[in-house]
Amino acid sequence: MDRRQLLKSLALGGTAGLLPLSRGWAIESGRSAAPRLIVVMLRGAIDGLNVVVPYRESNYYQLRGSIAIPKPGTDGGAFDLDGRFGLHPALSSLMPLWQSQQLAFVHAAGSPDPTRSHFDAQDYLESGTPGVKNTADGWMNRLLGALPTRGGALRAVSLGPVLPRIVSGTNTVASVPLGRSAARKTALDRPGVGAAFDRLYAENSALGAAYREGRDAHQQVLADLNSADISPEANVADNGAPPPRGFALDAAQLATLILRNPGLQLAFMQIGGWDTHVNQGGSQGQLANRLTALGNGLQTLTTQLGPELANTMIVVLSEFGRTAKQNGNGGTDHGHGNVIWLLGGGLHGGKVHGDWPGLDDSALHEQRDLAVTSDYRSVLAQVSERHLRLNDRQLATVFPQAPASTTGISTLLRS
Amino acid sequence: MRTATIVSAVLLLCCSVVATADDGSAFRLLNRLAYGPRPGDVARVQQFGTERYIEQQLQPVAEPVVLQQQLAALKTTTLSAAELFATYGPQLRKLAKADDAAKAEYRDSIREVVEQAEDARMLRALYSPNQLQEVMVDFWFNHFNVYDGKGLQGRLLVGPYEREAIRPYVFGKFRDLLGATAKHPAMLFYLDNWRSTAEGFKPAAGPNKDKPAGLNENYAREVMELHTLGVDGGYSQTDVTELARILTGWTYDPRAMARGGGDSGFVFVARRHDHGPKKFLGTTFDDSGQAEGEWALDLLAHSPATAQHIAYQLVQYFVADVPPPALVQRVAARFRSSDGDLRETLRALLLSPEFLDPNSKKFKTPYQYLLSALRASAVELSNLRPVLVALRSMGQPIYGCPTPDGWMNTQDAWLNPAALTQRVNFATALGAGRLPTLATVLAKLDLKANAEAVENDTRAAMNAVEREPQNSPTAGHFLAVSDLQITLRGLVLSDATQATIAQSPPPLQAALLLGSPEFMYR
Repeated sequence: MDRRQLLKSLALGGTAGLLPLSRGWAIESGRSAAPRLIVVMLRGAIDGLNVVVPYRESNYYQLRGSIAIPKPGTDGGAFDLDGRFGLHPALSSLMPLWQSQQLAFVHAAGSPDPTRSHFDAQDYLESGTPGVKNTADGWMNRLLGALPTRGGALRAVSLGPVLPRIVSGTNTVASVPLGRSAARKTALDRPGVGAAFDRLYAENSALGAAYREGRDAHQQVLADLNSADISPEANVADNGAPPPRGFALDAAQLATLILRNPGLQLAFMQIGGWDTHVNQGGSQGQLANRLTALGNGLQTLTTQLGPELANTMIVVLSEFGRTAKQNGNGGTDHGHGNVIWLLGGGLHGGKVHGDWPGLDDSALHEQRDLAVTSDYRSVLAQVSERHLRLNDRQLATVFPQAPASTTGISTLLRS
Repeated sequence: MRTATIVSAVLLLCCSVVATADDGSAFRLLNRLAYGPRPGDVARVQQFGTERYIEQQLQPVAEPVVLQQQLAALKTTTLSAAELFATYGPQLRKLAKADDAAKAEYRDSIREVVEQAEDARMLRALYSPNQLQEVMVDFWFNHFNVYDGKGLQGRLLVGPYEREAIRPYVFGKFRDLLGATAKHPAMLFYLDNWRSTAEGFKPAAGPNKDKPAGLNENYAREVMELHTLGVDGGYSQTDVTELARILTGWTYDPRAMARGGGDSGFVFVARRHDHGPKKFLGTTFDDSGQAEGEWALDLLAHSPATAQHIAYQLVQYFVADVPPPALVQRVAARFRSSDGDLRETLRALLLSPEFLDPNSKKFKTPYQYLLSALRASAVELSNLRPVLVALRSMGQPIYGCPTPDGWMNTQDAWLNPAALTQRVNFATALGAGRLPTLATVLAKLDLKANAEAVENDTRAAMNAVEREPQNSPTAGHFLAVSDLQITLRGLVLSDATQATIAQSPPPLQAALLLGSPEFMYR
């Protein structure tokens, strides 16, 4: 029996498939108590009203003739969350987390800035300074600066070929290539080539620094993803299912990096494709398909983190919500309030937080969108304070001018 | 080996002496207005004079016969959007009922259309003497971005969009460019205006027969935010909605195109139009059908905010990440005084002292980096796939920007640790002669018949890019650094870079030059 078969047979035995992971983590780090944050940004403005569905609102069904998610208990209906809200049926993979109180939502959350421009709104979400365009760095980079150093080459990672604004700034964040190429050797890994280019970039410039950071991170990622006891294949208790692709593969690789790098405190991932102006569908269709992939990726991530999920907070958010009313093409246009997802340990989970403003015509923002009652910075500030243990002074550097009021969301996390 | 090292070290020294004798302006010009010099270009521009060269670039000439032949081999790139729909459209209609094999075959044929469009873009950028034209095609495509990943129609339409709505207008009037993009099926499809109708309109036929449709404000917002006024250009949500109403009925009919009807694809359908009165940007619009949209585009094209927005973007693209305000003002003024004449606007920019200022430098985007490395190396690639795959892994696939704002062109957007190591790896493959050149692979122009062979070549080439050694039997000849030095005369290398290159084995020297910090800038 070769190694893969062995792993597969372990996997068939149930949770034993996770054994190599936990073992690797235990050997590497002993007991880890360092809290970490993973941010998943949904670019393009996901339709939060169809993710966490306010199924008690009659106006929801009037405004959304063909794209509404039916009430729980009916065909294609939402999963009931709390008697008021239901989860999109494509996110069934997340229901166990809801039941174990490791999943919570903040509804009617968003930015105080009213822009409906994707690009401005994303910029504000990433800078952490709504309405202010000249902020030089991203809030996750400032957050990294406020966190204690815990050693290791990888303190913060961003998945993808470019470093987005949210992680850009003076503190080093490693970019990890997407997909299988993350674990592949390159020309630079040949000693002669590597040494010559190391000399070429020995200079003390922005390029020199970036080059050296890239080399270090690549070597660390390569070692972690190709290590003997963990490989992307081994990560999956697959029961014969195909190996993960796309977001789920990236999530699996991120879990591996986290388990092998106890000093890794921040991670950023992003997924696009939520700008559903046309035919977004209801219980099935375009948005449902994307939600399935997102849910599966999040489930992969949380499963593989195993006991380390207790030290992890995953925040899923998007630049703004979409119109309460469906448009002329079975889609939705740019709106305002949205829902923020929280997954992990230390949550008051199994709960939809936030002051729900309702969907009555008079309650809608500018007569068309879900209003914002919780500032996204208040949510992130509470995560930073209670989960990452930032003090007030540090918080003020990460989210300057964040509102003091936290009505409706004062107990997202156990303090 | 030892002799070769010494020879190249000597050449290196002699070239850097020549470089200091020249003020470097020819090299900078070719870096900015072209995708970097090919062999002989720097000398030609020096002989010609920079101003005359700029004037020449503003008046494109016929493409060379060899390039024309290469392009002609890409059969689908000569077809219009309507012709492509006539060829592929009927399948599009039947696809829902087709079996998996037929669907796969159909997708392959669509993929071939996109790949040929990508190849044509790359071939022109690499080999066309009309470099400024190619740079402006990239700039304006990106400004009016559409995406090949939004459905099969989107894939089919990106190539025709570039040929029909962008390329003919890059030295024309901005209003014409705006109108051509607004009406092209690719844009109507990508930003959904083709489906936007008066509230409650019911199609009398087709797959959505009798289903009430309505307003879609996607295009109306982006045309103001991204294409014309800019996000701070002084419009409101009401203006977005009113413009969407004005543009109802601007659509195309894919089924009519597939039947071979209609030359451009665009149609105005009065029944879909919202005939009520509108107030847009403070101006009242009475019911006048398509003319309302034309008038709205006139207003947008001639707004001072648009002049400012376009000038800022041009100066940022050509001069500096933080554009000098005085230059932006001058370029905006020329845009306004010339009624949005893009040739005149560009002339004001290209002849400005800021344009060739040696102190301003731009970090190359992945696209610019790969093109400049390939042009300097003068390799004749038999298969562009490895280059296109490299572009994708660097985060900038051709026609692959999903969002309507297009790619950024700033250092902040592209300089990051992973990007540099990827560039260095590409430079190593190129310098070591490991991309599939005409010398190493027989030309396989008939992509369909040889799809598998090309696929295998691509895989082998990409493996070579990512892996191993210089001396395997499949390796091509490594590039001579001395040739590169001559081609890139005017590129100022630091002492440390020169020393590192001179001290390295010859097979690595060209790679080091193309992967050097200095070569990352234009």
